[in-house]
Amino acid sequence: MNDMTPSREQRIANLKGMGASRKRVEDVRFTQGKGNYVDDIKLPGMLFGDFVRSPYAHARVKSINTEAAMALPGVIAVLTAADLAPLNLHWMPTLAGDKQMVLADGKVLFQGQEVAFVVATDRYIAADATELVDVEYEELPVVVDPFKALEPEAPVLREDLEGSAEGAHGPRRHHNHIFLWEAGEKEATEQAIDASEVVAEEMVYYHRTHPCPLETCGTVASMDKVNGKLTVYGTFQAPHVVRTVASLLSGIEEHNIRVVSPDIGGGFGNKVGVYPGYVCAIVASIVTGKPVKWIEDRMENLSATAFARDYWMKGRISATKEGRITGLHCHVTADHGAFDACADPTKFPAGFFHICTGSYDIPVAYVGVDGVYTNKAPGGVAYRCSFRVTEAAYFIERMIEVLAIELGMDAAELRRINFICKDQFPYQSALGWEYDSGDYHTAWDKALEAVGYKELRAEQAQRIEDFKAGRTRKLLGIGLTHFTEIVGAGPVKNCDILGMGMFDSCEIRIHPTGSAIARLGTISQGQGHATTFAQIIASETGLPADSITIEEGDTDTAPYGLGTYGSRSTPVAGAATALCGRKIRAKAQMIAAYLLEVHDGDLEWDVDRFVVKGAPERFKTMKEIAYAAYNQAIPGLEPGLEAVSYYDPPNMTYPFGAYIAVMEIDVDTGEHEVRQFYALDDCGTRINPMVIEGQVHGGATEGYAIAMGQEIAYDEIGNVKTGTLMDFFLPTAWETPHYTTDHTETPSPHHPIGAKGVGESPNVGSVPAFSNAVHDAFRAFGLRHSHMPHDHWRIWKIARDLGLHG
Amino acid sequence: MIPSSFEYHRPSDLAAAIGLLAEHGDEARVIAGGHSLIPLMKMRMAGATHLVDLQGLGDLKRITVSADGISIGAMVTQAELIAHEGLAAAVPLLREAALQIADPQVRNLGTVGGNVANGDPGNDMPGLMQCLGATFTLEGPDGSRDVAAREFYHGAYVTARADDEILTHIRFAPPAGGYAYEKQKRKIGDYATAAAAVLLTRNGGTVASASVAMTNLSDVPVWSQAAGEALAGSDCGDEAVRSAVTAMLADIDPQQDNRGPVEFKRHVAGVMLARAISRAWSRA
Repeated sequence: MNDMTPSREQRIANLKGMGASRKRVEDVRFTQGKGNYVDDIKLPGMLFGDFVRSPYAHARVKSINTEAAMALPGVIAVLTAADLAPLNLHWMPTLAGDKQMVLADGKVLFQGQEVAFVVATDRYIAADATELVDVEYEELPVVVDPFKALEPEAPVLREDLEGSAEGAHGPRRHHNHIFLWEAGEKEATEQAIDASEVVAEEMVYYHRTHPCPLETCGTVASMDKVNGKLTVYGTFQAPHVVRTVASLLSGIEEHNIRVVSPDIGGGFGNKVGVYPGYVCAIVASIVTGKPVKWIEDRMENLSATAFARDYWMKGRISATKEGRITGLHCHVTADHGAFDACADPTKFPAGFFHICTGSYDIPVAYVGVDGVYTNKAPGGVAYRCSFRVTEAAYFIERMIEVLAIELGMDAAELRRINFICKDQFPYQSALGWEYDSGDYHTAWDKALEAVGYKELRAEQAQRIEDFKAGRTRKLLGIGLTHFTEIVGAGPVKNCDILGMGMFDSCEIRIHPTGSAIARLGTISQGQGHATTFAQIIASETGLPADSITIEEGDTDTAPYGLGTYGSRSTPVAGAATALCGRKIRAKAQMIAAYLLEVHDGDLEWDVDRFVVKGAPERFKTMKEIAYAAYNQAIPGLEPGLEAVSYYDPPNMTYPFGAYIAVMEIDVDTGEHEVRQFYALDDCGTRINPMVIEGQVHGGATEGYAIAMGQEIAYDEIGNVKTGTLMDFFLPTAWETPHYTTDHTETPSPHHPIGAKGVGESPNVGSVPAFSNAVHDAFRAFGLRHSHMPHDHWRIWKIARDLGLHG
Repeated sequence: MIPSSFEYHRPSDLAAAIGLLAEHGDEARVIAGGHSLIPLMKMRMAGATHLVDLQGLGDLKRITVSADGISIGAMVTQAELIAHEGLAAAVPLLREAALQIADPQVRNLGTVGGNVANGDPGNDMPGLMQCLGATFTLEGPDGSRDVAAREFYHGAYVTARADDEILTHIRFAPPAGGYAYEKQKRKIGDYATAAAAVLLTRNGGTVASASVAMTNLSDVPVWSQAAGEALAGSDCGDEAVRSAVTAMLADIDPQQDNRGPVEFKRHVAGVMLARAISRAWSRA
């Protein structure tokens, strides 16, 4: 070694491995407008598809006349259900075990439903032609309220299911009922609650909203009739699943289908499912022999492809006089819309909603979820959360606040005395989960200290006094949340999608000169996989992250995986990546031993090299080993340096966090100002702090939107009232609050690198924090609960109903 | 979100533009910044087979400020209006209000003329122009005529402008006294839930004159003469403000929409007006 030899610290820094705030490599192209999204794909002879959609929420389709549309020059085809029926593609299976119309088959069940698919030589002609398709409808009674949908006299929505008493998830008790899903102990819970000193009850509604990714859904399908290969480019969060489903539906052998997810402009759950547009584009390409593009516009995205939430959660929570929680009971009426197209692991029709005991040691609990059909768009996807976890977190964090009111207790203290203690992990929850690790008290105390909780409460008390004395018209709300997420689906023994186990994968190839390419079964939609997965490999193999290319989304090249959603990429594919890197390193150790003429066991790993124990001057760097792997005959070893790993996680991971929002509320106008937002996340081992911070900012902004105004609203006859960005709240830089981020680090004991996943925590945690701040501002005036979104008029209504307008 | 096909015209002088409107009748639409018309065309809620773009009419991009009066060409963008120092000095109300319209990208294209001529009750400029007592100049095949802003609006998207006329200029006398524009909106880019424009002059401790106009609280902008009269001669105290609000509430007719129910809008209208009066008085 000499002066030119980099120090160990320099070598570590050079890797930009785990823990480094490495800049996102993707942003070079994204910030220059050089991304390659589905709509950027242009193939020779490409045709364009556009939908005729239903203006009605419930109607019989009496006839469809396509003559005038077909007569328009440039129109190649107009597909209807009648055209798809011979192929048995007029309906398609959903991820939730239901089936969904691809094109209206006799009736329509929601406004915006796909009725006919026009294919033309350009998208302007296609749009013109949709207006020329003459559809005769007979309006039917509309049901948009899930409670009314279950009344005996409610109209039958799904005539295709009439008389079928058994659904995909057990018995159906009504013609608009989908399933009843239960967890926990019903009787024991009811007994515990009835015997308790204090009981709080509340109906907590998590309204219907929408992931609204900046890029809408779309596809380009290209059937090559000469070689029989179908290529499908699309906005797919799970490209491999799409390939398998496409093969099963079409009968085309899986090796003849290539699915490619190019750059994706945000997904947030909206791009997990399979949509009629994909099926129609594929069929149209098979029929015409030409590539067919279909791109949704914003109104179609908001009104037809998957929404999120719409959960009516009736809760009962009980406690001792001192505030020890004794039981939790929850019944959910879940509005799934016209088809059950939730994107959950198949055995979990209510997702992981039964994480709803949250961060608390609750001895007994019960959850029952009734899925219901209504005349609204299908969906119910996990909008930047693990499956139904934001619903669960919102529910428990509201119930805690309501219980605090019932007890006359400070809500921070009530949380503290009920937290699962550090020494209780791994913790078995009353609803059947095994929490892997946590240290809630430490996080909570750190958060309260950071925001100056005591001082805030004193300020609030003064404010209330000032308000009552007429010195101010603004109230101060302190919104508390401690959430526990469940992510990383999941163990194949109980997690699958349509029978496909939810493992994930990574394949690493080291090139002779010491750079590498890695491919994964996941697909980034903005999460920064090309940045962070390279960091895991850098730490595991000792090759600099800057020398590692990450590739995802092409099913012809990437190993099979279940995709990216539910914060599963790091817990599952990240684990596969680490283990794959370790396989590489194991072989590298054998090569190094041969080169250094020592036994394998005489070597130790040091950042980027194997060093002979006790002889630090004798080493081989990974770069040298890579070259030797390809160019030197090593007895007993195959040439090359590559590996593939498939990882089936033993358990989920349980990230958690403490979020606090401080808001000023104008009682007269219903306006608000977020004065402070503090987010402490514990996502286990932190791979890239800067990427984590970015994820927290993005997720908290979505949470802010959801809590304070974002909704998909329908009128009583099923018209979408919020189908454009004028009415659907998507915050700009102007509305977006300032965030303070913080962390504790409690590694997952079962994950190879201890990482838990973070992308969705900020959405899960921020919604109750914002909502609780609004509620807290009015607590002193008697408010218990008021439904989101807390837009101006709804906050104004709270104040009016409490008599605060004089 | 794809419009049906249309012919695009870009005349280089006013006579040619008016000629095109005459030639194509109700199949033609004038386009200025396009921020109202183009979304409607994309949603196929407005059909126009001939678009007559006024970007080529340089005369309509002028702002003149003098002691006798102010003239703003119809093609002046909101951004140009905001940037004009002479105008800001003479009519600070306009800059204060224009900064509350949409976002910088929209303001870079959206024009004052388009904003007042379209007749959209959500637009901010119509109420402001009523508050200022402005006059709109319309040019048509039969020559030029002036219409008072307070007489211009007949209903949502229905104005005194004939199909073959073009609104070319806005003129008004520089206002004296205090001013304020108070607007509540859900987010950047939204129309007002309620907005109030107030101009006040002071004579010692009393209000010498007052002009009050409200935005997006009826199918037309509302210049509330009664509200102004309630303030004139008063000390602008709580009681006077209450009378002005009561008078204004008798003149507006808001409808329920996603911004909220009627009762909420009326309440907010009162709050906006009270705040605008208070701020204008402090500046008078």
